[in-house]
Amino acid sequence: MMEDVKVFGLWASPFTQRVVWALKLKGVNYEYIGEDLFNKSNLLLQYNPVYKKVPVLVHDGKPIAESMVILQYIDETWPQTPLLPQDAYQRANVLFWSKFIDEKTVDMMKFFRYDGEEQEKAMKENWESLRVMEKESGLSEKKFIGGNRIGLADLALGWVAHTLEAMGDVIGVKFITPDAFPHLHSWMGNFLEIPAIKNNLPPHEHAVEYFTEKRKMFLAMNYHHHHH
Amino acid sequence: MKSDVKLLGAWPSPYVLRVRIALNMKSVDYEFHEERFPDKSPLLLKSNPIHKKIPVLIHKDKPLSESLIIVQYVDDVWSSASPILPSDPYDRAMARFWADYIDQTLYPTMKSIRGAADQEGKNRLIEEVREGLALLEDVFKSSSKGKGFYGGDQIGLLDIALGCFLGWLRVVETVNGVKLLNQTNTPELLKWADRFCAHAAVKDVMPETGRLVEFSKTLPK
Repeated sequence: MMEDVKVFGLWASPFTQRVVWALKLKGVNYEYIGEDLFNKSNLLLQYNPVYKKVPVLVHDGKPIAESMVILQYIDETWPQTPLLPQDAYQRANVLFWSKFIDEKTVDMMKFFRYDGEEQEKAMKENWESLRVMEKESGLSEKKFIGGNRIGLADLALGWVAHTLEAMGDVIGVKFITPDAFPHLHSWMGNFLEIPAIKNNLPPHEHAVEYFTEKRKMFLAMNYHHHHH
Repeated sequence: MKSDVKLLGAWPSPYVLRVRIALNMKSVDYEFHEERFPDKSPLLLKSNPIHKKIPVLIHKDKPLSESLIIVQYVDDVWSSASPILPSDPYDRAMARFWADYIDQTLYPTMKSIRGAADQEGKNRLIEEVREGLALLEDVFKSSSKGKGFYGGDQIGLLDIALGCFLGWLRVVETVNGVKLLNQTNTPELLKWADRFCAHAAVKDVMPETGRLVEFSKTLPK
């Protein structure tokens, strides 16, 4: 029986990328449908009426929204290359960090949207979030978050390894330096070496070009917001 | 009596209630430590240094936090009795999606009614809660498959995720003179609510509405 797996997404979005990486790690074939967030397809609106957002996974016609819900579904449906530990306590630990990281993701991108004082505040919050992860998520003992193999929490954090870097390049800031965050910095290197990740990253220049345009748009919005 | 299961919590907290219901469903003996807010016990601060919040489950001296993660842990460890997560992966995804919707959207909206600037603001938020409950009424119809709970014959994850807020929902109804669960808009949920509150795993731990109303008067806006 042919498995029919579709992903509705936005290539530049951390939330979409997690889903793509999970499918690639497990060797699951899928059809990718790129969405234009300013002109959402009827199918997307039909599959995610509650939030009208990407990513959405559709498996044999049945839709699932919310990236972390999708990731757990993928892990439970295609058990090869497991993304969660077998041990119940260790599993709860990885789920804790996955939630922590997921909940920080939108906030951690705020620095890119703002300027002036708001941007400074957002950047300080980023450093604080990274400090917590550096110190508490167990990266001083293990190669990945919660274990020695890539898992759910690593996929949730993966965006910092390339998207945050690209955003940082556009603004002129580097968050994860080996001096400030040695464990996160090592983790980034390990994460990017995994073939399913390495082969499924947008080229850095492409991301920088995309975010340069986005930055112009945000600055224009801020200008109008402050000057109407 | 020393137990290797301790729960740090507080009687008004719906998140703590989720864990109590899960432990009750599995007939687990546990020690309940009531936190005396605003002070946080040293054990709480040590066990949940990152969020410093309840509930915290301590099992064999190992702490866990985040209510839905704890519920899943309880389901994993005491796996022989009363499954809480559905067995089918798609049903599990739906239960998790709607539990997340409740935590991200429905409950925050409900909580913000009390601090709304004016009656117009309150009414708008109350309307949003009604819309959310209408969605959950539809979900009940498909999830229950004709049985009494979201989980079917027995209480499942989504029953626990939503049901824990029934006390506070009734506070909103009492204080604002509205009926959020009613025969016209949410006939299934109205019946489900009574069934849930009467369930053996719930009835002794669900806080009484009158007591919650009094407690809510002590809270800052």
